[in-house]
Amino acid sequence: MKSDTRPIHPAWLRATHWLNALAVVVLAMSGWRIYDAAPLFDFRFAKALTLGGWLGGAIQWHFAAMWLLAANGLLYLLMNAFSGRFPARFLPLSPRAVLADLVAALRGQLPHADPRHYNAVQRAAYLFVIFDTALLVLSGLVLWKSVQFPLLRELTGGYETARRVHFFAMSALIAFVMVHLAMVALVPRTLLPMIRGH
Amino acid sequence: MTISKPARLASVDGDAVVKEALRRIDRPSRRLFLQRSLTLGGLSLLTGCAIVDEDSAERALMSVSRFNDKVQAWLFDPTRLAPTYPEAMITRPFPFNAYYGEDEIRQVDADSYRLEVSGMVADRRVWTLAELQAMPQIDQVTRHICVEGWSAIGKWGGVSFSSFLRRVGADTSAKYVGFKCVDDYYTSIDMATALHPQTLLTLSYDGRPLPPRYGFPMKLRMPTKLGYKNPKHIQAIFVTNTYPGGYWEDQGYNWFGGS
Repeated sequence: MKSDTRPIHPAWLRATHWLNALAVVVLAMSGWRIYDAAPLFDFRFAKALTLGGWLGGAIQWHFAAMWLLAANGLLYLLMNAFSGRFPARFLPLSPRAVLADLVAALRGQLPHADPRHYNAVQRAAYLFVIFDTALLVLSGLVLWKSVQFPLLRELTGGYETARRVHFFAMSALIAFVMVHLAMVALVPRTLLPMIRGH
Repeated sequence: MTISKPARLASVDGDAVVKEALRRIDRPSRRLFLQRSLTLGGLSLLTGCAIVDEDSAERALMSVSRFNDKVQAWLFDPTRLAPTYPEAMITRPFPFNAYYGEDEIRQVDADSYRLEVSGMVADRRVWTLAELQAMPQIDQVTRHICVEGWSAIGKWGGVSFSSFLRRVGADTSAKYVGFKCVDDYYTSIDMATALHPQTLLTLSYDGRPLPPRYGFPMKLRMPTKLGYKNPKHIQAIFVTNTYPGGYWEDQGYNWFGGS
């Protein structure tokens, strides 16, 4: 392997990654408390998993962390676009490659020799979570300001549909986080570079 | 969901902190709040002494909420209308919601009812229900969105609030319009929303006089605001530049509360 002194993850990426993680934890836990005030489905989230203590407190946390998520997410996307990292890390990507790498991963034959290189499953998963977070933000805007954003409201199918979109996008994000954490547990040497860069 | 908030610590000295802490822990709702918000310790937002930090976290959240008021005032387009719906889409039965149960719904006598209009208005006086009913009436079928997340479609009728404010000679450059209600509820709104074309001094529901459960004899209905901003059984309206707060807003609900 050629020696490369550049950090595996640049400082801006590590910073935005951990700030995003913080925002997601706060938003998910406070969001579950908000969900519990008027459950969409036949279950509630356990109070111990929620944040804010009561509906008003949960909303305060949710509507504070949303600024962190949005500003940090925007910074992440802009830095990716202008640093050239986006095409370098995420392209090319084809369904065939995702399938091939998925099969290889399940057989335990997917190499992790070069941490700078994302395999096709990683690329697809990270792109999916970017898209899913954007969907969360947009559906959240409809819930917050359904009158002021009529186009977004119509695109998400109206206020009540936007609630469900927001819920399922959250569920997908949580599913990603579970798999993401499981993968870090399976390949723990990927954790340090996300903290110190190499 | 009821919760009461004690006054904040002015400064931190040992005895006062312990006293305050004991007083707070005595309140079940407070204890819950402490337990829940202190799990936050793990989020590394809070460091050091828990009591002080819980207070400063709360203060920080309150100032973000004030910032969110400003953002919402800036986003608010006074000409943008909330969607209206066909009558077939009305939610039946329309849900009852208040800070008390249905057994405590106030019964107001129509004949002795008086609405007091005060503050920065030219014509400070009391109105009878008949006088309100004599003003031009409009109705609309709109979606009521509750802060809890649920929504329901209803049909409200009454007097355009902007024409009422003009009729009483309100200073429309004032910041706030405040409301006091028979059920001890109180709230306040921004002038821009008060003047919004869909803001309705509501006297009827679904073509009939407003029933007690929906706020007889009069409520304010704003399809551009969440449910808790829509006061029922209103007995006093005042125009002011002094922030009047609100029943839920003083406990932590966002003041602008608009959609």
